[in-house]
Amino acid sequence: MLNIGQYQFESRLFLGTGKYPDYDIQKQAVEKSQTEVLTFSVRRMNIFDPSLPNFLEKIDPKKYRFLPNTAGAKNAEEAVRIAGLAAASGRCDMIKVEVIGCDRTLLPDPVETLKATEELLKQGFTVLPYTSDDVVLARKLEEAGAHAIMPGASPIGSGQGVINPLNLSFIIEQSNVPVLVDAGIGSPADAAYAMELGADGVLLNTAVSGAEDPVKMAEAMKLAVHAGRFGYEAGRIPKKDYAVASSPEEGISVRD
Amino acid sequence: MHLVINGNSMELGDEVSSVTTLLEHLGLAEKPVIIEHNRDILKQEHYRQRMLENGDTLEIVHFVGGG
Repeated sequence: MLNIGQYQFESRLFLGTGKYPDYDIQKQAVEKSQTEVLTFSVRRMNIFDPSLPNFLEKIDPKKYRFLPNTAGAKNAEEAVRIAGLAAASGRCDMIKVEVIGCDRTLLPDPVETLKATEELLKQGFTVLPYTSDDVVLARKLEEAGAHAIMPGASPIGSGQGVINPLNLSFIIEQSNVPVLVDAGIGSPADAAYAMELGADGVLLNTAVSGAEDPVKMAEAMKLAVHAGRFGYEAGRIPKKDYAVASSPEEGISVRD
Repeated sequence: MHLVINGNSMELGDEVSSVTTLLEHLGLAEKPVIIEHNRDILKQEHYRQRMLENGDTLEIVHFVGGG
């Protein structure tokens, strides 16, 4: 069971809702993933074509907790303003603080992320900041009162997987709130690896929405997150430099 | 009345006087929208009494797919 703020989740897979080929595939993928948390962005409505469909009309919103993000914000003030809009929807269970500090790498701005987190906590939000894998920043976010820490595995949408497992391990080890690995996951192996390192959950989007078969990949990610978590709980064997035989070395019949 | 809605300069007729009548005019009355009026985020129950004035700025936003 995963506890974040006042919420409890069976599933440790959080799913983004961007860039699916179409809403039917997306709906099936969301169902197969068995996720309980969906992320969204806040954007201007097309006021000239109100008939455009919206994914929210395709799902039963009561089945999910909503984790809107503050994507688009370049500083803390903008993030807080976007969070306010998300809250006015009445469907903002938690807020993902996302303040991008670099357009090319989409890496988060650490200073503004911390500021936005502090302000939104003051306003009573359940706050999950998306952060780099900086160990000290993760600690400061926790000290500020963040309900979970969401370090990136690698740059958003890059599919490079966990590129700094050591830093992630340090963050996981020091944290007393859940650590969700967010961004950069490319394959089920990446998700399982993050979970084996001891992450409490994984948030991903493009790895599913951009897969050749998003529905099948959604199920693969569900299984990978389970497998990684079970592996972590079971405790893997230590790595050794040389072979250690698994079969008995005595009683070999073809030897004198 | 002249309004700036989502960055678009628009001229609207006399039937638009409040946030509610604006939404009806734009065909958005049934849509799950979020509204910011002159940087003030509105609660849904205040749409009807929130009156619009010439030159006001509105942001009409909603949830879209995102990660």
